[in-house]
Formats: sequence, C-alpha cells, structure tokens
Amino acid sequence: MNDAPPLLSVEGFGLEFRTRSGTVHALDGVDLAVRKGETVGLVGESGSGKSVLSFALLGISDRAARVTGGRAAFGGLELTRASEADLEAVRGREIAMIFQNPRTALNPIRRVGAQIEDVLRRHTTARAAELRERAIAALREVNIPDPERRHAAYPFELSGGMCQRVMIALALACRPALLIADEPTTGLDVTTQAAIMDLIAARARATGMATLFITHDLALAAEHCDRIVVMHAGHVVEAAPTAALFAGPRHPYTAQLIRATPAAESTIDALAAIPGNLPDLRRADLPACRFRARCARASARCDAPLPRLAPPPAHAVACWHPLDEARCA
Amino acid sequence: MIRIVALRLVGALPNLAGVVVVTFLLTRALPGDPAAFFAGAAASAEAVEQIREKLGLNRNLVEQFGLYLRDLARGDFGQSLSTGQPVLTELVSRLPASLELTFCALVFATVVALPLGVAAARRPGSWIDHLCRLVTTAGVSLPTFFTGLLLAYVFYFLLGVAPSPLGRLDPVFTPPPPVTRMYLIDSLLAGEGTVFRACLAQIALPAVTMGLFVLAPLARMTRASMLGVLSSDFIRTARAAGLASPTVLYTYAFRNALLPVVTTLGMVFSFLLGSNVLVEKVFAWPGIGSYAIESLTASDYAPIQGFVLAMGVLYVLLNLAIDLLYGLIDPRVRLEA
Repeated sequence: MNDAPPLLSVEGFGLEFRTRSGTVHALDGVDLAVRKGETVGLVGESGSGKSVLSFALLGISDRAARVTGGRAAFGGLELTRASEADLEAVRGREIAMIFQNPRTALNPIRRVGAQIEDVLRRHTTARAAELRERAIAALREVNIPDPERRHAAYPFELSGGMCQRVMIALALACRPALLIADEPTTGLDVTTQAAIMDLIAARARATGMATLFITHDLALAAEHCDRIVVMHAGHVVEAAPTAALFAGPRHPYTAQLIRATPAAESTIDALAAIPGNLPDLRRADLPACRFRARCARASARCDAPLPRLAPPPAHAVACWHPLDEARCA
Repeated sequence: MIRIVALRLVGALPNLAGVVVVTFLLTRALPGDPAAFFAGAAASAEAVEQIREKLGLNRNLVEQFGLYLRDLARGDFGQSLSTGQPVLTELVSRLPASLELTFCALVFATVVALPLGVAAARRPGSWIDHLCRLVTTAGVSLPTFFTGLLLAYVFYFLLGVAPSPLGRLDPVFTPPPPVTRMYLIDSLLAGEGTVFRACLAQIALPAVTMGLFVLAPLARMTRASMLGVLSSDFIRTARAAGLASPTVLYTYAFRNALLPVVTTLGMVFSFLLGSNVLVEKVFAWPGIGSYAIESLTASDYAPIQGFVLAMGVLYVLLNLAIDLLYGLIDPRVRLEA
C-alpha cells in the first residue's frame, strides 16, 4: 500500500500574506503526504500555519495570500495551478473540510437540511425530489436522532455537538476522498469531543476516506492518527508514525511539545512550558531554522538551510542537531 | 400571525395617546397668536378677541383638550385657518403624494445602493469600492435642494427630457380616479398608460433627488454588513463545500447581511417622509411636509396636530412592517406581541 502514490502530496509549499504591516512568511518549504485511508495529524501551536496550509490547499485562502512556491498534488490535479472552477468542483466533493466552532460555522438563518442539500445539488446529479431523502440519509449516517425532524432545524436550535455532527454530515455528503478536520472538537465538552472523534474515525473506516486532522492537542492526535506531522512557525519540523514519534521525538521542538502535554500518570510539576514565542513571521531575515531562538541545541551550523525531510514513512526531521532516535526507546 | 399584528396595533395605542397629548401641548406652547394671525394685521382688538372666542382659544387648556378629543373621536381633525379646508381632506390628498414620492425615492436608492454596496464589499479597495465611497460621500454632502435644482436645470432646462418640475402631473392630463390617491398606482388601476407615463416622468426627478440623499447610508450599511458577513465562519464553510460563488454571495452572505440594511431602510423611510420639505418645495410637490411647515409658520394648530398624529400612526405601522420583515429574514427573531 505504501508504494501507491499518495492521495495528497505537498512538496516545498510556500505561502505569504501581503499585509499593510509587512509580508508575513506564513509557510515555507512545507512537505506533507496523505495516503488513501490514512489519518495524518498536523500538530503545532497556534500560529504555526496548520490552518493556513489547509485553506491554501482548498484555495479558500484570504485575499492577501500568495503561494510562493512548491507543489500540491491531489490525485491528478495540481492544486496550486488549478482554476477556480476546478477547485470549486473538488471542494466539498473530493476534499471536504470541517471547522472548529460548529455553531458559527453553519449558516445561522438556513435550515441545516437545506445547507446539506445545497452541497448535494452542487456536486451530484440528484434530482430535486431525491435531495431531501439524501440529506436526511446524511444526517442519519452521523447518528443524529430523528433526522427527519432535524432536517428542518436551524443551527441555533441544536447543541454544539449536534451542530458538529451536521457539519460532518455536510462535509461527507458527497463521499470525499479526503477530509480536512480543522480542530473539529475545539469548543465542545470532553464527552462530546470523544464522540465526534469516534464518529469521524468510523466514517473514515466505512468509506476508506483519508483524514488530515489538524489540532494543537498532541494527546488527541496520538489517540487517533496513524502518522503525525509537527509544524512550527510555518515549517514542518518532524514527520513520523505516531508510535515512533512518541517513543523517540527527534526534533527538540517535538520533544518539548510532548513534555508540555499533560498525561494522566504525571504530576503538574512535570509539565514544561516551551520557552519563548514563535518568531515574528513578518521579519525579512527569518533564520533558516525558525526554532533557533527557542532551542537549547542551536549552533552555528543551524544557519545553513535546513536538511530536506526524508519521504514518508520514514521518521523525518528537519534539524541539524536532532535528538538521538533511540534515546527514549 | 394575524393575532400578533392585531396585538401589536393594540399595544401601540398608548404611544398614539402620548402623541396626541404631547402635540396638543406643544402646539399651545408655540409662540404666536393664531387669532391675531387669522384676523390679519389691520384687525381691531375686538375683532381678534371675537375670533379667539370663535376658535375656543379663550377657554382653559383642559377644556380645549376635551374639545379636541371629542372632535378626534368623531374623526374630525379640525379646520385649517389658513386654507379653510378640513385637515382630514388635506391629509388624505397630501399624504399619498408624499408616500408615493418617498416610496419611489426608496426604490431608486435601494436598487442602486444594494448592488453597489455588495460589489464594493466583494472587492475592497477596487475601483467599485472607490466609486461607492465617492457616491456615498457626495450623497450625504450635497443638500437636496441643490441636487434638486441641479437635476431640474440639467434635465428640464438644458436637455429638455424631463417635464416642467411643477407638481405631480402635467395639467394637460386629468388625474386618475382616486383609489389609493397615489397617481402611479391609480393610473395603473384605471389602465391609463399615458397618464402613468406622465406621472412617472413627473416623479422621476424629485424621487432621484431624495433617493441620492438616502443612497449614502444604505450603500454604506450594505458594504459594512457584507464585509462582516463575508469574513464569517459559515461563508468559509460554504466555500470549503465548493458551493458556486453566486450561491455563496446571495443565498448565504447577502441574506445574512440584510438585517442591518432593513433597519437602515426603516430609519431613512421615516426620516424621508417628514423631512422632504425642501424637495417638495423645489418641485412644487403637493406633499405633507410643505403643508406642515406652512401651518407651523402660521401657528395653525389643527393641521400641525393632524400631521403629527398621521406621522405617529405611520411610524407605528412602519415599525410593525420592519419587525415582520425581520421575522421573515431571520428565524432567530421570534415575533412577540
């Protein structure tokens, strides 16, 4: 299976925002691959470029965004050069996306069934008479009780967890090959979080769908992902199978990220915050390694361009002084 | 629905009672003596006193108010001293003229302002955005009497494409049989195409003059509201779902952006109705604004009271209509009586 070309393949992807206060170098040399049926976690702290990357892949970036280089191939389509019409046809049908804050992510004044029907009408040849049935079926698939009645509900009449189920129904209505889930459980209570994550995993298994799961919650990613890609300040710093990453993180940032994640068996004293902040991405003279100012292992060698990441499924790290792979093993 | 409307109307009665009391007191507090004004400059003191007695102005306030209420209950709004006409007759003929003009102005403003605001919000900083800014700035800064005169000068005097700016209908035509007393509607009801076209030509310039003035707040509100909605989460969802751009723009964004626009529409409507005196003067439009101003300068109590009461009723109806419209646009608005 690993020999097949990946479903989504991003190589050397760069993106910047031209703003009034300067150019923000949001993404630089990003490599990412997602295979069919695989769940890949994209983790990193706020501002590391996870969401920016996913919006860029779908072509729904902010107007100020400019792709500065690299490729992003999805199936046979080169996303960075595709026309708006091609992208519109892919979005929602081949690549779907769900967001955080499901209550605000749905149109507040349109019935949820109608919103699902809008997507079906756009991407399928279903006749008008079938649309309602298919929307109800989509609601039933995400375990919404009494889907016939919920079809006519407005988002404000549903709970947050129920809205997220509607979002998932909307995203999966056309059986996409790839689901990008951008912090899908942020803003939901813990039991609902687990239910939503299980639902996404179950739908992925049932349809053979690949999932790119964006989160800042390393523990959640560890639980649900086959592989994890760690981002820091617009760079991918490490990519590895989940077990290998937790057993022996090689990038100093990943190691600190893991130490900053609470675990059931450790005390609060064992939690270590990562010193410093993300560098200002508006700087013209960003260092080759954007973690350098926060890193205890930095040396003069870190001024050289970062080593390219090894292709998956290897344990890849973009660092001149990686931690020993066997350290924790 | 009908029950809600009925309850709302009943609920508005205290407001209207307040309007009756306050306008009565305010008109009595106005400077100037209507009896002296009515009698003329040459009249003797006895003559003025006689008129005062005839008008009931020598009685105390409570008695006067009682008489006013009694007349109101009979549907008698009193008589204008300056024209000698019953106030009700004047209101019935002049209010539709003002309403017609205001409606036309609003239609013009809406048809121009909403697309302009939407287009400006889609591409901030583009030429259409700058055009929108130019139009809104010009709209608020040019006084209506100036734009009115300018339009009359250009389109009537220079180009000769507009009829003479004198009233609602060229005297060569007979006004259509009164049903709503709005000439445009009445002429259509009567099937008189030529009269309709003549009315339309007559109303075009004053309506555009007024419309230009209210275009600014409407376009500005549409732009701001659309900008806000276009950057909201659910628009991102709609785009991520691959919905076609027109669907995203109109079905998703525009309907959500409409609420503040409707509020603005209601505000400018009520503003226009009472304060379009300048436009009515420039175009000799026999509307209610000029009637009120003339009565005010003549200390003519009855028309002022009638005018304010009519406006009060209109405001109540307008607010009700806007609330109903809210309920249609936004399901989160639950109408309560």
